Amino acid sequence: MTSTTPIQGNNQGRISRRFAELKQQNRAGLVTFISAGDPDYDTGLNNLIALSEAGADVIELGMPFTDPMADGASIQKSSLRALTAGQNMQKTLQMVRELRKKDQDTPLVLMGYYNPIYCMGVDTFLAQAAEAGVDGLIVVDLPPEHDDELCVPAQKHGINFIRLATPTTDAKRLPMVLENTSGFLYYVSSTGVTGAAAPTPEKVEGEVSAIRAHTDIPIAVGFGIRTPEQAERIAKFADAVVVGSALTDCVENAASPAEGTEAIAELTRSLAKSIREAR
Amino acid sequence: MTIQTTNSSTPEIGPDARGFFGRFGGRFVAETLMPLILDLQKEYEKAKNDPEFYAELEALQKDYVGRASPLYFAERLTEELGGAKIFLKREDLMHTGAHKINNCLGQILLAKRMGKKRIIAETGAGMHGVATATVAARFGLECVVYMGSTDIDRQQPNVHRMKLLGAKVIPVTSGTGTLKDAMNDALRDWVTNVDSTFYIIGTVAGPHPYPEMVRDFQSVIGREVREQILEKEGRLPDSLVACIGGGSNAMGLFHPFIKDESVRLIGVEAAGYGIDTGKHAASLKGGTPGVLHGNRTFLLQSEDGQIQDAHSISAGLDYPGIGPEHAWLHEVGRGEYVSATDDEALEAFQITCRLEGIIPALESSHAIAYAIKLAPTLPKDHLMVINLSGRGDKDMATVTAHLADQLED
Repeated sequence: MTSTTPIQGNNQGRISRRFAELKQQNRAGLVTFISAGDPDYDTGLNNLIALSEAGADVIELGMPFTDPMADGASIQKSSLRALTAGQNMQKTLQMVRELRKKDQDTPLVLMGYYNPIYCMGVDTFLAQAAEAGVDGLIVVDLPPEHDDELCVPAQKHGINFIRLATPTTDAKRLPMVLENTSGFLYYVSSTGVTGAAAPTPEKVEGEVSAIRAHTDIPIAVGFGIRTPEQAERIAKFADAVVVGSALTDCVENAASPAEGTEAIAELTRSLAKSIREAR
Repeated sequence: MTIQTTNSSTPEIGPDARGFFGRFGGRFVAETLMPLILDLQKEYEKAKNDPEFYAELEALQKDYVGRASPLYFAERLTEELGGAKIFLKREDLMHTGAHKINNCLGQILLAKRMGKKRIIAETGAGMHGVATATVAARFGLECVVYMGSTDIDRQQPNVHRMKLLGAKVIPVTSGTGTLKDAMNDALRDWVTNVDSTFYIIGTVAGPHPYPEMVRDFQSVIGREVREQILEKEGRLPDSLVACIGGGSNAMGLFHPFIKDESVRLIGVEAAGYGIDTGKHAASLKGGTPGVLHGNRTFLLQSEDGQIQDAHSISAGLDYPGIGPEHAWLHEVGRGEYVSATDDEALEAFQITCRLEGIIPALESSHAIAYAIKLAPTLPKDHLMVINLSGRGDKDMATVTAHLADQLED
């Protein structure tokens, strides 16, 4: 299952370069999430390009799955819309290739669940992801206990494995969570599913500074952040702010595909602006 | 509890420290749940070695559930089939009408030890939901049951029972509104209410330690069978037959016999309209390995790793996965896994009603259906035990609809 020779893709280090730039500019980054192929492949590709043009610093692209157990209603529906329109792993990787024709700089992180990757075959998936220009992976149902499955092989392909830490990750467990994390750490600010109510920024700030005592890796904060105002509060102390459900809602609420793309671009611009003005 | 080793060539019984049975099992869950699952595992390890825990469990099994369940010689069924001597393990006579209560009692005692105040569960046919609502009422804990909207329609009596017992039944419309989606929503609830809530999973699936824990609580079935058959026949049975959705009644029956190589372990999956039609719930015979609901096992899925809907006339078998220990028994060749169609199960249902005066659950009817095929090919001294995992009262509407024409006469 593990590959023996490290493969150095041209994507090596795109995430760390981006966080270094952000640090230089003394601002937090904007991390945006959409599901690949929602509501269909062509519109989904337009949406992806819109994120990159409207100021997303890092893009998370969801790999749709029938049973997204850690996601709330908004992302569940976006995942099903994409699958209904025929999205699959090959098409998701193809979207990344298309994006890379226009954008060589914005780090792209694939996010989802393990099963579609496992079924494709871990080595096949990693080789194709690296070639397509994927920089990182967030796989919700692979805790550090299963690092041998994908995390360690991914790093050999030059792909970062971004780990989630949560309010239930205690000080005893944190070193294990951090051990093979690379790129950045995704701090899930609330217990619950994506799109749930956001906790108070004060509470999150305390939790983030507790994690900083253990690591120098950049910390992105997500779950429940929907508006530019909320993003601005979090951007004062976090290295990046993640927005997902609010963007997938743009697709759901749009009267036409083009309107959805415009709504995504508009929300991304206003989020990017508020984050740039936060400090 | 130690298992007597009678043959050293049998593979070592799992799970290992990481929750694997061979390559199946594991703990594929979100980080938020990991600390809870590790806590649960620690607490279960302690409970397993605590005589007081088992004393309380056994007292409840006896006086509240009505254990031991009888091992009944099905004389007329045996005569009719003209082969193996058939015994029925009467889980249908237990409180709440199925084997599900065995596991629920064990888990709620754990929940109590862990100081949890709120119980959640998923249910398909509603039997696990009813059993969970029952023990929650008995121990005065809040209870929320997730049930697919499709299943709510076809299992109305159980919905009413759960509500009478004080549980809140939440219809699940996400995904395709079936058991797998009910399990997704239960996991979403758990990840949201980590501090207060204990999740009583109803089958031998889910993240470690659930497959092991549910198996251990259900193994009372097989331990009793062992004693009862030794008393009646003076020797071990030759074959054990049980239906499989997630596989808890089968695992409970099989487990105390895994090391006894002379005992055939036969699991009967639901073939629905037939495995070649694609409309079935036979994960081992018609599925491929994958990762869902916290464990690696055989799943009904597309080549792209998208989970497909199962189909079975019985809601309790209508699940696109199977417990990881069954996947392992299948892979190492210790278990024999076969299937029965909707029609075969309906036929077996009627035969059992008319020959034995027992109305079996449609789930258990799948086990009987395969036994009906197998028994005539076996000698008269072959001892076969079929797990009659539940009673069929809940299935009257489904059966009546399917048999409308015949029953009018």
